[in-house]
Amino acid sequence: MPPELNSRPRLAPGCRLGENNQQRVLQMPERALRLIGPSLEIIERCDGQHTVQQIIADLQKIYSKAAPQKVEQDIIGYLELLQKERALDFESGASL
Amino acid sequence: MTTLSNPLALIAELTHRCPLHCVYCSNPLELQTRTSELSTDVWSRVFREAAELGVLQADFTGGEPLARPDIVELVRTARAAGLYVNLITSGLPLDETKLASLVEAGLDHMQLSFQGVREETANEISGTKSHAQKLRVLDWLRGHRIAVTLNFVIHRRNIDQLEEMLALAESSCATRVEFANVQYYGWAFANLENLLPTRAQLDHSVEFVKREQERLQDKIRIDFVVPDYYAKYPKPCMGGWARKLILLTPSGDALPCHAAQIIPGLSFENVKDRSLREIWEHSAAFEKFRGEAWMQEPCKTCDRREQDFGGCRCQALLLAGDAAATDPVCSLAPLRPKVDAILAGLNAAPPSQLLVKPAWLYRPNPT
Repeated sequence: MPPELNSRPRLAPGCRLGENNQQRVLQMPERALRLIGPSLEIIERCDGQHTVQQIIADLQKIYSKAAPQKVEQDIIGYLELLQKERALDFESGASL
Repeated sequence: MTTLSNPLALIAELTHRCPLHCVYCSNPLELQTRTSELSTDVWSRVFREAAELGVLQADFTGGEPLARPDIVELVRTARAAGLYVNLITSGLPLDETKLASLVEAGLDHMQLSFQGVREETANEISGTKSHAQKLRVLDWLRGHRIAVTLNFVIHRRNIDQLEEMLALAESSCATRVEFANVQYYGWAFANLENLLPTRAQLDHSVEFVKREQERLQDKIRIDFVVPDYYAKYPKPCMGGWARKLILLTPSGDALPCHAAQIIPGLSFENVKDRSLREIWEHSAAFEKFRGEAWMQEPCKTCDRREQDFGGCRCQALLLAGDAAATDPVCSLAPLRPKVDAILAGLNAAPPSQLLVKPAWLYRPNPT
Protein backbone atom coordinates (compact mmCIF):
# COMPACT_ATOMS: atom_id res chain seq x y z
CA MET A 1 0.00 0.00 0.00
CA PRO A 2 1.39 3.44 -0.91
CA PRO A 3 2.08 5.62 2.15
CA GLU A 4 -0.32 8.47 2.91
CA LEU A 5 0.97 11.88 1.91
CA ASN A 6 0.38 13.42 5.31
CA SER A 7 1.98 10.56 7.31
CA ARG A 8 5.42 11.02 8.85
CA PRO A 9 7.90 8.23 8.07
CA ARG A 10 10.47 7.35 10.70
CA LEU A 11 13.18 4.69 10.72
CA ALA A 12 11.92 1.52 12.40
CA PRO A 13 13.62 0.10 15.52
CA GLY A 14 16.94 -1.50 14.59
CA CYS A 15 17.28 0.60 11.42
CA ARG A 16 19.69 3.50 11.31
CA LEU A 17 22.06 5.49 9.17
CA GLY A 18 25.66 4.40 9.33
CA GLU A 19 28.88 4.92 7.49
CA ASN A 20 31.14 2.37 5.84
CA ASN A 21 34.10 2.84 3.51
CA GLN A 22 33.28 6.57 3.34
CA GLN A 23 29.77 5.74 2.14
CA ARG A 24 26.47 6.26 3.92
CA VAL A 25 24.46 3.09 4.48
CA LEU A 26 21.07 2.25 5.92
CA GLN A 27 21.67 -0.55 8.38
CA MET A 28 18.85 -2.97 9.12
CA PRO A 29 18.61 -6.37 10.80
CA GLU A 30 20.71 -8.71 8.65
CA ARG A 31 20.78 -6.28 5.70
CA ALA A 32 22.22 -2.96 4.62
CA LEU A 33 21.51 -0.58 1.75
CA ARG A 34 24.13 1.74 0.30
CA LEU A 35 22.71 5.23 -0.01
CA ILE A 36 23.63 7.59 -2.80
CA GLY A 37 22.12 10.88 -3.95
CA PRO A 38 18.34 10.96 -3.67
CA SER A 39 18.05 7.80 -1.54
CA LEU A 40 20.18 9.49 1.13
CA GLU A 41 18.18 12.74 0.85
CA ILE A 42 15.00 10.75 1.43
CA ILE A 43 16.27 8.67 4.34
CA GLU A 44 17.68 11.74 6.08
CA ARG A 45 14.17 13.14 6.13
CA CYS A 46 12.56 9.98 7.53
CA ASP A 47 12.78 11.42 11.04
CA GLY A 48 9.17 11.35 12.20
CA GLN A 49 9.01 15.15 11.58
CA HIS A 50 8.72 15.48 7.80
CA THR A 51 5.52 14.32 6.12
CA VAL A 52 5.73 12.37 2.87
CA GLN A 53 4.38 15.50 1.17
CA GLN A 54 7.20 17.62 2.61
CA ILE A 55 9.85 15.12 1.56
CA ILE A 56 8.48 15.23 -1.98
CA ALA A 57 8.46 19.03 -2.00
CA ASP A 58 12.06 19.18 -0.69
CA LEU A 59 13.36 16.78 -3.31
CA GLN A 60 11.46 18.49 -6.09
CA LYS A 61 13.38 21.62 -5.13
CA ILE A 62 16.77 19.82 -4.97
CA TYR A 63 16.15 18.01 -8.26
CA SER A 64 14.41 20.89 -9.99
CA LYS A 65 15.56 19.74 -13.41
CA ALA A 66 13.60 16.49 -13.13
CA ALA A 67 9.86 16.36 -13.84
CA PRO A 68 8.07 16.94 -10.48
CA GLN A 69 5.68 14.07 -11.21
CA LYS A 70 8.61 11.71 -11.75
CA VAL A 71 10.28 12.78 -8.50
CA GLU A 72 7.04 12.13 -6.62
CA GLN A 73 6.63 8.66 -8.16
CA ASP A 74 10.23 7.71 -7.41
CA ILE A 75 9.92 8.79 -3.78
CA ILE A 76 6.65 6.92 -3.24
CA GLY A 77 8.22 3.84 -4.86
CA TYR A 78 11.29 4.06 -2.65
CA LEU A 79 9.23 4.50 0.53
CA GLU A 80 7.15 1.46 -0.42
CA LEU A 81 10.31 -0.55 -0.90
CA LEU A 82 11.57 0.49 2.53
CA GLN A 83 8.21 -0.37 4.02
CA LYS A 84 8.49 -3.88 2.55
CA GLU A 85 11.90 -4.11 4.19
CA ARG A 86 10.25 -3.12 7.50
CA ALA A 87 12.67 -0.20 7.64
CA LEU A 88 10.02 2.49 8.20
CA ASP A 89 7.17 3.22 10.56
CA PHE A 90 4.58 5.71 9.36
CA GLU A 91 3.22 7.93 12.05
CA SER A 92 -0.28 9.28 11.55
CA GLY A 93 -0.75 12.56 9.75
CA ALA A 94 -2.15 14.52 12.69
CA SER A 95 0.14 17.46 13.43
CA LEU A 96 2.59 16.98 16.29
CA MET B 1 43.71 -13.26 -8.68
CA THR B 2 40.61 -11.10 -8.48
CA THR B 3 40.44 -8.15 -6.14
CA LEU B 4 39.52 -9.17 -2.66
CA SER B 5 36.32 -7.62 -1.35
CA ASN B 6 35.99 -6.68 2.29
CA PRO B 7 34.18 -8.80 4.88
CA LEU B 8 30.67 -7.59 5.78
CA ALA B 9 30.14 -9.25 9.12
CA LEU B 10 32.21 -10.29 12.09
CA ILE B 11 30.79 -13.27 13.95
CA ALA B 12 32.10 -12.90 17.48
CA GLU B 13 31.84 -16.10 19.51
CA LEU B 14 32.45 -14.28 22.76
CA THR B 15 32.42 -17.41 24.89
CA HIS B 16 31.58 -21.09 24.64
CA ARG B 17 30.03 -21.05 28.10
CA CYS B 18 26.26 -21.52 27.95
CA PRO B 19 23.49 -22.51 30.34
CA LEU B 20 21.80 -24.46 27.52
CA HIS B 21 22.92 -27.85 26.24
CA CYS B 22 21.22 -27.87 22.82
CA VAL B 23 21.63 -31.09 20.89
CA TYR B 24 22.36 -29.20 17.65
CA CYS B 25 24.73 -26.54 19.01
CA SER B 26 26.89 -24.96 16.28
CA ASN B 27 29.94 -24.82 18.55
CA PRO B 28 32.70 -27.36 17.94
CA LEU B 29 32.71 -30.63 19.87
CA GLU B 30 35.82 -29.39 21.63
CA LEU B 31 34.70 -26.32 23.58
CA GLN B 32 37.03 -23.56 24.77
CA THR B 33 37.28 -22.69 28.46
CA ARG B 34 36.82 -19.37 30.22
CA THR B 35 40.54 -18.89 30.87
CA SER B 36 41.29 -18.90 27.13
CA GLU B 37 38.75 -16.14 26.32
CA LEU B 38 39.91 -12.83 24.81
CA SER B 39 40.00 -9.79 27.07
CA THR B 40 37.73 -6.76 26.70
CA ASP B 41 40.69 -4.76 25.34
CA VAL B 42 41.51 -7.20 22.56
CA TRP B 43 37.85 -7.38 21.49
CA SER B 44 37.70 -3.57 21.46
CA ARG B 45 40.72 -3.38 19.18
CA VAL B 46 39.23 -6.06 16.94
CA PHE B 47 35.98 -4.09 16.59
CA ARG B 48 37.90 -0.99 15.47
CA GLU B 49 39.95 -3.05 13.01
CA ALA B 50 36.78 -4.66 11.69
CA ALA B 51 35.10 -1.31 11.02
CA GLU B 52 38.24 -0.04 9.26
CA LEU B 53 38.26 -3.18 7.13
CA GLY B 54 34.71 -2.43 5.96
CA VAL B 55 32.77 -4.76 8.25
CA LEU B 56 29.22 -3.46 8.79
CA GLN B 57 27.91 -5.72 11.49
CA ALA B 58 29.09 -7.54 14.60
CA ASP B 59 27.14 -10.66 15.51
CA PHE B 60 27.64 -11.36 19.20
CA THR B 61 27.11 -15.02 19.76
CA GLY B 62 28.52 -17.87 21.80
CA GLY B 63 27.86 -20.03 23.66
CA GLU B 64 25.76 -17.52 25.50
CA PRO B 65 27.26 -14.05 24.95
CA LEU B 66 25.53 -12.76 28.09
CA ALA B 67 27.78 -15.09 30.09
CA ARG B 68 30.51 -12.46 29.56
CA PRO B 69 30.44 -10.05 32.52
CA ASP B 70 31.71 -7.28 30.19
CA ILE B 71 28.92 -7.71 27.62
CA VAL B 72 27.56 -4.16 28.03
CA GLU B 73 31.07 -2.75 27.54
CA LEU B 74 31.57 -4.90 24.43
CA VAL B 75 28.30 -3.65 22.92
CA ARG B 76 29.35 -0.08 23.67
CA THR B 77 32.80 -0.39 22.07
CA ALA B 78 31.52 -2.23 18.98
CA ARG B 79 28.87 0.42 18.46
CA ALA B 80 31.39 3.24 19.06
CA ALA B 81 33.66 1.65 16.43
CA GLY B 82 30.79 2.12 13.98
CA LEU B 83 29.42 -1.42 13.81
CA TYR B 84 25.79 -2.49 13.79
CA VAL B 85 25.48 -4.64 16.90
CA ASN B 86 23.46 -7.82 16.83
CA LEU B 87 23.11 -10.03 19.92
CA ILE B 88 22.17 -13.67 19.44
CA THR B 89 21.06 -14.95 22.82
CA SER B 90 19.02 -17.52 24.70
CA GLY B 91 17.89 -14.68 26.95
CA LEU B 92 18.65 -16.76 30.02
CA PRO B 93 21.12 -14.65 32.00
CA LEU B 94 19.06 -11.50 31.39
CA ASP B 95 17.00 -9.26 33.63
CA GLU B 96 15.24 -5.97 32.97
CA THR B 97 18.15 -3.84 34.20
CA LYS B 98 20.70 -5.66 32.06
CA LEU B 99 18.46 -5.35 29.02
CA ALA B 100 18.10 -1.60 29.56
CA SER B 101 21.91 -1.25 29.87
CA LEU B 102 22.47 -3.17 26.63
CA VAL B 103 20.03 -0.94 24.76
CA GLU B 104 21.53 2.18 26.28
CA ALA B 105 25.01 0.97 25.19
CA GLY B 106 23.79 0.87 21.59
CA LEU B 107 22.47 -2.61 20.90
CA ASP B 108 20.69 -2.51 17.52
CA HIS B 109 19.14 -5.93 17.16
CA MET B 110 18.41 -8.88 19.40
CA GLN B 111 17.89 -12.37 18.08
CA LEU B 112 16.17 -14.38 20.79
CA SER B 113 16.57 -18.10 20.25
CA PHE B 114 13.75 -20.50 20.98
CA GLN B 115 14.18 -24.25 21.18
CA GLY B 116 10.49 -24.83 20.58
CA VAL B 117 7.20 -23.21 21.43
CA ARG B 118 5.95 -25.84 23.86
CA GLU B 119 7.72 -25.91 27.17
CA GLU B 120 8.25 -29.66 27.11
CA THR B 121 9.93 -29.83 23.67
CA ALA B 122 11.98 -26.70 24.33
CA ASN B 123 13.30 -27.97 27.64
CA GLU B 124 14.10 -31.40 26.22
CA ILE B 125 16.13 -29.95 23.33
CA SER B 126 17.99 -27.42 25.47
CA GLY B 127 18.53 -29.88 28.31
CA THR B 128 17.42 -27.23 30.78
CA LYS B 129 14.35 -25.28 31.93
CA SER B 130 14.52 -22.20 29.78
CA HIS B 131 11.25 -21.55 28.01
CA ALA B 132 9.41 -19.47 30.61
CA GLN B 133 12.34 -17.03 30.92
CA LYS B 134 12.33 -16.46 27.14
CA LEU B 135 8.68 -15.43 27.31
CA ARG B 136 9.53 -12.92 30.04
CA VAL B 137 12.35 -11.44 27.92
CA LEU B 138 9.98 -11.13 24.99
CA ASP B 139 7.64 -9.14 27.17
CA TRP B 140 10.39 -6.77 28.43
CA LEU B 141 11.50 -6.11 24.84
CA ARG B 142 8.24 -4.25 24.16
CA GLY B 143 9.57 -1.35 26.17
CA HIS B 144 12.63 -0.80 23.96
CA ARG B 145 13.25 0.55 20.46
CA ILE B 146 15.49 -2.19 19.05
CA ALA B 147 14.86 -4.72 16.30
CA VAL B 148 13.77 -8.13 17.53
CA THR B 149 14.04 -11.43 15.68
CA LEU B 150 12.78 -14.73 17.02
CA ASN B 151 15.10 -17.56 16.01
CA PHE B 152 13.57 -21.00 15.91
CA VAL B 153 15.93 -23.84 15.13
CA ILE B 154 13.81 -26.42 13.32
CA HIS B 155 14.07 -30.20 13.33
CA ARG B 156 11.89 -33.30 13.36
CA ARG B 157 10.54 -32.77 16.87
CA ASN B 158 9.31 -29.20 16.43
CA ILE B 159 8.76 -28.77 12.69
CA ASP B 160 5.05 -29.48 13.20
CA GLN B 161 4.79 -26.48 15.58
CA LEU B 162 5.51 -23.66 13.11
CA GLU B 163 1.99 -22.30 13.37
CA GLU B 164 2.25 -21.92 17.14
CA MET B 165 5.73 -20.39 16.79
CA LEU B 166 4.43 -17.80 14.37
CA ALA B 167 1.49 -17.02 16.65
CA LEU B 168 3.99 -16.31 19.43
CA ALA B 169 5.90 -13.98 17.11
CA GLU B 170 2.72 -12.19 16.08
CA SER B 171 1.76 -11.59 19.69
CA SER B 172 5.21 -10.05 20.35
CA CYS B 173 7.14 -7.00 19.13
CA ALA B 174 9.28 -9.07 16.74
CA THR B 175 9.45 -7.91 13.13
CA ARG B 176 11.43 -10.88 11.91
CA VAL B 177 11.27 -14.64 12.39
CA GLU B 178 13.93 -17.13 11.41
CA PHE B 179 12.86 -20.72 10.89
CA ALA B 180 16.30 -22.22 10.43
CA ASN B 181 16.41 -25.94 9.95
CA VAL B 182 19.33 -27.59 11.70
CA GLN B 183 22.47 -27.90 9.59
CA TYR B 184 24.33 -31.09 10.26
CA TYR B 185 27.82 -30.59 11.67
CA GLY B 186 29.31 -31.07 15.13
CA TRP B 187 26.66 -31.74 17.78
CA ALA B 188 23.86 -31.82 15.21
CA PHE B 189 25.73 -34.38 13.10
CA ALA B 190 26.09 -36.57 16.18
CA ASN B 191 22.32 -36.30 16.77
CA LEU B 192 21.29 -36.34 13.11
CA GLU B 193 19.35 -39.58 13.32
CA ASN B 194 16.94 -37.99 15.78
CA LEU B 195 16.77 -34.48 14.31
CA LEU B 196 16.38 -34.76 10.56
CA PRO B 197 12.73 -34.17 9.55
CA THR B 198 10.85 -36.42 7.16
CA ARG B 199 10.10 -35.41 3.58
CA ALA B 200 6.39 -35.09 4.42
CA GLN B 201 7.14 -32.79 7.37
CA LEU B 202 9.41 -30.63 5.27
CA ASP B 203 6.96 -30.32 2.35
CA HIS B 204 4.22 -29.32 4.74
CA SER B 205 6.39 -26.68 6.42
CA VAL B 206 7.55 -25.18 3.13
CA GLU B 207 3.96 -24.76 2.01
CA PHE B 208 2.99 -23.21 5.35
CA VAL B 209 5.86 -20.72 5.30
CA LYS B 210 5.09 -19.64 1.74
CA ARG B 211 1.46 -18.93 2.67
CA GLU B 212 2.37 -17.03 5.83
CA GLN B 213 5.07 -14.94 4.11
CA GLU B 214 2.34 -13.69 1.83
CA ARG B 215 -0.13 -13.00 4.64
CA LEU B 216 2.36 -11.18 6.88
CA GLN B 217 4.30 -9.33 4.21
CA ASP B 218 4.09 -5.84 5.67
CA LYS B 219 4.32 -7.00 9.25
CA ILE B 220 6.78 -9.79 9.89
CA ARG B 221 9.59 -10.95 7.66
CA ILE B 222 9.92 -14.74 7.69
CA ASP B 223 13.26 -16.24 6.70
CA PHE B 224 13.25 -19.98 6.15
CA VAL B 225 16.38 -22.13 5.92
CA VAL B 226 15.83 -25.64 4.54
CA PRO B 227 17.68 -28.72 5.76
CA ASP B 228 20.09 -28.97 2.83
CA TYR B 229 20.02 -32.79 2.75
CA TYR B 230 16.67 -32.30 0.99
CA ALA B 231 17.87 -29.61 -1.40
CA LYS B 232 18.72 -30.04 -5.05
CA TYR B 233 21.72 -27.75 -4.87
CA PRO B 234 23.93 -26.93 -1.89
CA LYS B 235 23.69 -23.72 0.11
CA PRO B 236 26.27 -21.01 -0.63
CA CYS B 237 27.80 -21.74 2.76
CA MET B 238 28.82 -18.49 4.54
CA GLY B 239 28.21 -16.71 1.22
CA GLY B 240 31.36 -18.43 -0.06
CA TRP B 241 34.50 -19.38 1.90
CA ALA B 242 36.23 -16.23 3.17
CA ARG B 243 34.14 -14.01 0.90
CA LYS B 244 31.88 -12.14 3.33
CA LEU B 245 32.40 -13.26 6.90
CA ILE B 246 35.03 -13.69 9.58
CA LEU B 247 34.33 -15.77 12.65
CA LEU B 248 36.38 -15.36 15.81
CA THR B 249 36.37 -18.09 18.45
CA PRO B 250 36.38 -17.12 22.14
CA SER B 251 40.20 -17.38 22.21
CA GLY B 252 40.61 -15.25 19.07
CA ASP B 253 41.24 -17.82 16.36
CA ALA B 254 39.98 -16.46 13.03
CA LEU B 255 37.90 -18.94 11.03
CA PRO B 256 36.06 -18.71 7.73
CA CYS B 257 33.10 -20.63 9.26
CA HIS B 258 31.79 -22.13 12.51
CA ALA B 259 33.07 -25.64 11.90
CA ALA B 260 36.31 -24.99 9.97
CA GLN B 261 38.47 -26.44 12.74
CA ILE B 262 37.36 -29.96 11.82
CA ILE B 263 39.18 -29.69 8.47
CA PRO B 264 42.58 -31.36 8.77
CA GLY B 265 45.66 -29.44 7.73
CA LEU B 266 44.28 -25.91 8.18
CA SER B 267 46.07 -23.62 10.58
CA PHE B 268 44.36 -20.55 11.93
CA GLU B 269 45.75 -17.15 12.79
CA ASN B 270 44.86 -15.51 16.08
CA VAL B 271 43.83 -11.86 16.52
CA LYS B 272 46.23 -11.62 19.46
CA ASP B 273 49.12 -11.97 16.97
CA ARG B 274 47.79 -10.38 13.77
CA SER B 275 45.49 -7.59 12.71
CA LEU B 276 42.13 -8.52 11.26
CA ARG B 277 43.20 -7.08 7.91
CA GLU B 278 46.35 -9.22 7.75
CA ILE B 279 44.25 -12.27 8.57
CA TRP B 280 41.58 -11.47 6.00
CA GLU B 281 44.13 -10.87 3.27
CA HIS B 282 46.79 -13.48 4.03
CA SER B 283 45.58 -16.27 6.35
CA ALA B 284 46.36 -19.59 4.67
CA ALA B 285 43.11 -21.04 6.02
CA PHE B 286 41.13 -18.22 4.39
CA GLU B 287 43.03 -18.61 1.12
CA LYS B 288 42.55 -22.38 1.02
CA PHE B 289 39.04 -22.49 -0.45
CA ARG B 290 38.70 -18.90 -1.60
CA GLY B 291 37.80 -18.42 -5.27
CA GLU B 292 37.69 -21.41 -7.62
CA ALA B 293 41.22 -22.78 -7.97
CA TRP B 294 40.64 -25.52 -5.36
CA MET B 295 37.49 -26.87 -7.01
CA GLN B 296 37.15 -30.40 -8.36
CA GLU B 297 34.70 -31.64 -10.97
CA PRO B 298 31.76 -31.26 -11.24
CA CYS B 299 32.12 -27.85 -9.49
CA LYS B 300 35.10 -26.72 -11.55
CA THR B 301 33.09 -26.36 -14.77
CA CYS B 302 29.62 -25.98 -13.26
CA ASP B 303 27.44 -22.99 -14.22
CA ARG B 304 26.37 -22.62 -10.60
CA ARG B 305 29.88 -22.32 -9.13
CA GLU B 306 29.50 -18.57 -8.60
CA GLN B 307 26.11 -19.05 -6.97
CA ASP B 308 26.82 -21.74 -4.40
CA PHE B 309 30.66 -21.83 -4.37
CA GLY B 310 30.70 -25.63 -4.24
CA GLY B 311 28.54 -25.70 -1.09
CA CYS B 312 29.90 -26.41 2.35
CA ARG B 313 33.51 -27.54 2.91
CA CYS B 314 32.80 -29.04 6.31
CA GLN B 315 29.88 -31.06 4.97
CA ALA B 316 32.13 -32.28 2.13
CA LEU B 317 34.62 -33.46 4.74
CA LEU B 318 31.98 -35.11 6.95
CA LEU B 319 30.19 -36.96 4.14
CA ALA B 320 32.85 -37.38 1.44
CA GLY B 321 35.97 -37.48 3.61
CA ASP B 322 37.50 -34.71 1.47
CA ALA B 323 37.00 -31.02 2.24
CA ALA B 324 37.65 -30.09 -1.41
CA ALA B 325 34.98 -32.42 -2.80
CA THR B 326 31.67 -31.15 -4.16
CA ASP B 327 29.24 -30.85 -1.25
CA PRO B 328 27.52 -34.28 -1.31
CA VAL B 329 24.07 -32.73 -0.84
CA CYS B 330 24.35 -31.40 -4.41
CA SER B 331 22.33 -33.50 -6.87
CA LEU B 332 25.34 -33.32 -9.22
CA ALA B 333 27.83 -34.61 -6.64
CA PRO B 334 29.31 -38.07 -7.12
CA LEU B 335 28.50 -38.87 -3.48
CA ARG B 336 24.87 -37.71 -3.49
CA PRO B 337 23.75 -41.38 -3.17
CA LYS B 338 25.16 -41.32 0.35
CA VAL B 339 22.76 -38.52 1.33
CA ASP B 340 19.91 -40.23 -0.49
CA ALA B 341 20.56 -43.40 1.50
CA ILE B 342 20.27 -41.44 4.79
CA LEU B 343 16.99 -39.89 3.62
CA ALA B 344 15.62 -43.21 2.33
CA GLY B 345 16.28 -44.93 5.64
CA LEU B 346 14.59 -42.15 7.59
CA ASN B 347 11.57 -41.81 5.32
CA ALA B 348 10.93 -45.57 5.27
CA ALA B 349 10.90 -45.82 9.08
CA PRO B 350 7.49 -46.23 10.75
CA PRO B 351 6.29 -42.86 12.16
CA SER B 352 5.92 -44.32 15.66
CA GLN B 353 9.66 -44.97 15.69
CA LEU B 354 10.59 -41.45 14.65
CA LEU B 355 9.47 -39.56 17.72
CA VAL B 356 10.58 -41.93 20.45
CA LYS B 357 12.56 -39.99 23.04
CA PRO B 358 16.15 -40.71 22.08
CA ALA B 359 19.36 -40.83 24.06
CA TRP B 360 20.51 -37.31 23.10
CA LEU B 361 24.13 -36.33 23.06
CA TYR B 362 23.91 -33.06 24.99
CA ARG B 363 26.52 -30.34 24.65
CA PRO B 364 28.25 -29.69 28.01
CA ASN B 365 28.98 -26.31 29.57
CA PRO B 366 32.75 -25.66 29.59
CA THR B 367 34.32 -24.26 32.74
